[in-house]
Amino acid sequence: MENRLESTGTSFLDEVQRRSGTPISACFQCHKCSTGCPIGPEMDVLSSQIMRLIHLGEEKEVLESQGIWMCASCEACSTRCPMGIDIAGVMDTLRMMAVERKVAPPDARAKHFAHSFLQSVRHHGRVYEMGMLVAYKFRSRDFFTDMDKGPKMLMKKKLAFLPIRSGAASEVKEVFKRVEEEKEQ
Amino acid sequence: MRYAFFPGCSLETTAWDFDRSVRAVCRTLGITLEDIPDWVCCGSTPAHTSNASLAVALPVMTLQKAKHMGCPVMTACASCYSRLRTANHKVCSDPDERQRAERVTGKPYDGSVEVRHVVDVLVNDFGLDNIRARVKRSLSGVRVASYYGCLLTRPPEIVAFDNPEHPSCMDDLFKAAGAEAVEWPYRTECCGAGLSMTEPDAVNRLGHKLVSMARQAGADCIAVACPLCQLNLDLRQADAAKAYGAVLPTPVLYVTQLLGLALGLSVGELGFNALTVSADSVLQRCEMVVSAGRGGRP
Ligand code: SF4
Ligand code: SF4
Repeated sequence: MENRLESTGTSFLDEVQRRSGTPISACFQCHKCSTGCPIGPEMDVLSSQIMRLIHLGEEKEVLESQGIWMCASCEACSTRCPMGIDIAGVMDTLRMMAVERKVAPPDARAKHFAHSFLQSVRHHGRVYEMGMLVAYKFRSRDFFTDMDKGPKMLMKKKLAFLPIRSGAASEVKEVFKRVEEEKEQ
Repeated sequence: MRYAFFPGCSLETTAWDFDRSVRAVCRTLGITLEDIPDWVCCGSTPAHTSNASLAVALPVMTLQKAKHMGCPVMTACASCYSRLRTANHKVCSDPDERQRAERVTGKPYDGSVEVRHVVDVLVNDFGLDNIRARVKRSLSGVRVASYYGCLLTRPPEIVAFDNPEHPSCMDDLFKAAGAEAVEWPYRTECCGAGLSMTEPDAVNRLGHKLVSMARQAGADCIAVACPLCQLNLDLRQADAAKAYGAVLPTPVLYVTQLLGLALGLSVGELGFNALTVSADSVLQRCEMVVSAGRGGRP
């Protein structure tokens, strides 16, 4: 039988450490990060458990988890870790790896949100909320949550009907292109 | 005092009242703000959670433009502040990051443009004594819970103008304006930040926890320094109360809206009518006449 308490190899650990630039192997499972995590109650795997799963080489369980998509990037964990591990940075790296390997859960709403947001920045150099919200609703297929918020925000003039473009929008497009080219190399 | 101002996307739309009140407060105090021409979005959480190169390149584009202005950058949004400071930190501490940022932006950048938050500027550059001397209408009678949220004070190696676990800069500011800053435990607890769109249930749970704790601590309003915190606590307050239990409606003001009152600015100049939970109770406490229909966006 498979022994889940022993590491199955260090390649996953090495890769996440290298890409996040933080010493995950130093984690001694004090769980301080999970204790202070505001989203802990909603996460299927807690941050300290993710650290341990990385030690054990459980790539699939980590990259397919919902937990990595729930993180609010609040940096409480990274600020408090006694071993100086940038856990929030690890969460970022794990999301990128999950997308690259095409194993992110299809209902990871944060993934659809990030995509819609960045598309908006790519086109306008700034976020065009209205366009971004519509794009997000279609990508996530989550049409009915917060239906009352849009009109409320419009009434308070908190949403603009038309995009406000940055004067440097074309420069931004170029930067997006170069970033993609670098990735392909 | 002159700063290159980076408003960021939120201040153009969802947080126009933050924009208006920051500008009004700075104008009144003689702090000159010059907008960075053609600034671009900082990329916020979507960039740093999906592309490490873009997460540095976008803030660097704006910092390159600010470099020509020859003065420090000032932001009001806590999230922009954190992204700009993080980009500087990466460019300065990692030669590979710097090379990559210069490659994808096509321009040099050495990480030398200083980035400040408006609260830092008010407390540490303008100074509390000077603020005290400029108060025209004391906020005595207002009991405020200063809410710092996540990104204003952490991670400490990136931001570092206040204590990451027990910050006090906003409390000091409101005390200087005559208000009572209540002691409360959740000043740096996260409100769910950028999860507002994707995980509204979690955000409502956190918002409810924060607002009810502020009330328990005796506050009658909450002051924030971040557009995401403001939206999560204000616009979602009714939903949160419905889901997690009734709380007294609690106004959630931007730090500059509350300070602006003390400096003698009007509710119109401070954009009070953008608030979802009315701040009339706060205005009454500092003996301001509440008049409907004022404070609209031009
Ligand atoms: S706080 Fe740091 S050492 Fe403790 S469990 Fe979390 S990652 Fe590991
Ligand atoms: S950064 Fe993410 S994992 Fe860390 S405490 Fe905040 S929500 Fe939890």
